[in-house]
Amino acid sequence: MSIASAERKLGWGLLAPALLWTAAFFVVPFLAMLALSFAHMEGRAIVSGFDPGNYIRAFTDWSQLKALINSVEITVTVTVISVVLAWPLAAIIAWQVPARFQRLALLMAVLPFWTSYVVRSYSWLLVLGKNGVINKALMGIGVISEPLALASTRTATVIGFVHFFVMLLTLTIYANLIQLSPNYARAAQDLGASRWATFVHVILPLTLPGVITGAFVTFVLCIGDYITPQILGGNTELTLPQLIMLQMGRSGNFPMASALSVVLMGVVTVAYAACSRWLRLDRL
Amino acid sequence: MPRKSLTALALLLATPACAEDTLNALVWCDHTDPTLIEPFEKAHNVKVNLKEFEGTAAGLAILDQSQPGDWDVMVIDSVDVHRAVEAGKLAELPADKLPTADFFPALVMATNNTVDGKTYAVTEKFGYNTISYDKTKVDPKDMEDMAALTSGKYDGKIGIYDYYLPVMGLLALGQGIKTADLNADTLPKLQDSLTALRKASKQVSDVVSSQTALATGDVDIVVGGGEWLTAVLAKDNPNLDWTIPKQGGLRWSQSIAEVAGTKKADLALEFIQYIVSPEGQAALAQSSCYWGMPANQKAGDLLSPEAKAVLRWDQQPDYIARSQLYPIPDAATDAKMQDMWTAMLNQ
Repeated sequence: MSIASAERKLGWGLLAPALLWTAAFFVVPFLAMLALSFAHMEGRAIVSGFDPGNYIRAFTDWSQLKALINSVEITVTVTVISVVLAWPLAAIIAWQVPARFQRLALLMAVLPFWTSYVVRSYSWLLVLGKNGVINKALMGIGVISEPLALASTRTATVIGFVHFFVMLLTLTIYANLIQLSPNYARAAQDLGASRWATFVHVILPLTLPGVITGAFVTFVLCIGDYITPQILGGNTELTLPQLIMLQMGRSGNFPMASALSVVLMGVVTVAYAACSRWLRLDRL
Repeated sequence: MPRKSLTALALLLATPACAEDTLNALVWCDHTDPTLIEPFEKAHNVKVNLKEFEGTAAGLAILDQSQPGDWDVMVIDSVDVHRAVEAGKLAELPADKLPTADFFPALVMATNNTVDGKTYAVTEKFGYNTISYDKTKVDPKDMEDMAALTSGKYDGKIGIYDYYLPVMGLLALGQGIKTADLNADTLPKLQDSLTALRKASKQVSDVVSSQTALATGDVDIVVGGGEWLTAVLAKDNPNLDWTIPKQGGLRWSQSIAEVAGTKKADLALEFIQYIVSPEGQAALAQSSCYWGMPANQKAGDLLSPEAKAVLRWDQQPDYIARSQLYPIPDAATDAKMQDMWTAMLNQ
């Protein structure tokens, strides 16, 4: 046996546990879900077959399609806002905070991760409520005379998401920034670039892999999240995961829930394809 | 692909515990209160494995995707017992071993709990889906008429309980349609009132979010609420109240049954007997998830005067007379109701 052949076998051997794990817990369940998505309900019975009706309904029934549109709109909004807020935060930690305090600063940034996701969402509900901290403060200083309708709105959902994902993005962007040699900026400025031009043409492109990686993870986690829109959105509009839960938990319509889940995976796949050029998942 | 294979994924979602000393129960959240379950566990030296579910369709779907013997007891809307029996999901109970003679007469519900003279379930708890409100924020007189909800006076101050059956049942009463007459023909008549109610509302939310919104003043009214919503808040929020409007209210009632194919029939029966005993009933009535009237009147001896006041114990004859049972839609009507509800959520 040649050395190359032996190494190849060793490589497959080392890969095997991961491949088996992925096959057992992703590929097989996904194929089962895919098959289920082409079944349909007759009364409470699941009838197998190749019926594209669930997919047709997902894209032609307005209340179903609206859920997909809502999910994409909310996710894009959250991702953009989170990136805009996380980049300067990561830059401050990487460049302005003394090295010995950077770990502490990162710890402070991710501290909210330590609380339960559900508890955090309900806490935001109290903060954003009619008699919550924000409305009381604004009314106290005379900015508003009537409380703002913040809770149980899309705004509340976005705020809850952004609070969570800014922390995540800060970590991925910080990991990128900290590896960036200050010589790039110095070289650009030596060559006459302004601070703004240095940022736009040198620093920002170099941090793009970290930004895109964080943004992709934000997109994936946000579009699949059920808890935050359910608690903070007040069911004033449905997102795709909420619709999937309704189909499973209330209607017992597993084929429709499966079809919607496949659609959700399709959206994530499109997002991956769009980002793949810059994705550096090893930065996570 | 065979149907069994198709449901393999769903099976993974609903696999109960299998230990011999375990009773597997499909329940609503009120049964998860340790003060209710622990005394039974200690007395019988067993573990009660509880799985919460929402709505009969979901409960029956779980049973469809399980093996006989996976589940031992099940909580179910009393009005859906026939549906479950027809699907072969419930086992017969020995009627002579159930204390129904001690029940409020209207809550024995023999028409619902028996099929062909055989008893398949026993009522355990009941209450009302009506209108809950903060009496310091709204005019209590307005709450006596459902029309006030969509008059414009309370726009943005209304929360809707996120369960289509009681809320659409209430809207039917508002249209003068009896809940028993709600079917595919009468359902479209609710569309306008459902749309109007949604426009006037701030949110559509589950039990906890509805309670939070009412308690924090985010909404002043919850349509579909009742004692089950406000009772747990009464101690800290004495301003919260509920009423049955002149159009009437919906009476919810839940039954408990033995699941067909259980391998622990004796233990399941003992659990059911415990739940409908005065002790079990008193604990279930004051569950930390939601309160409700016990079906067994003897539980009254174990409830404090304050608890009975919150539950409106003394007004029950009047309330029972003014309320109707949940709608019992057939599968097609049920699907249409859910579609209307989903469209309303995304309105």
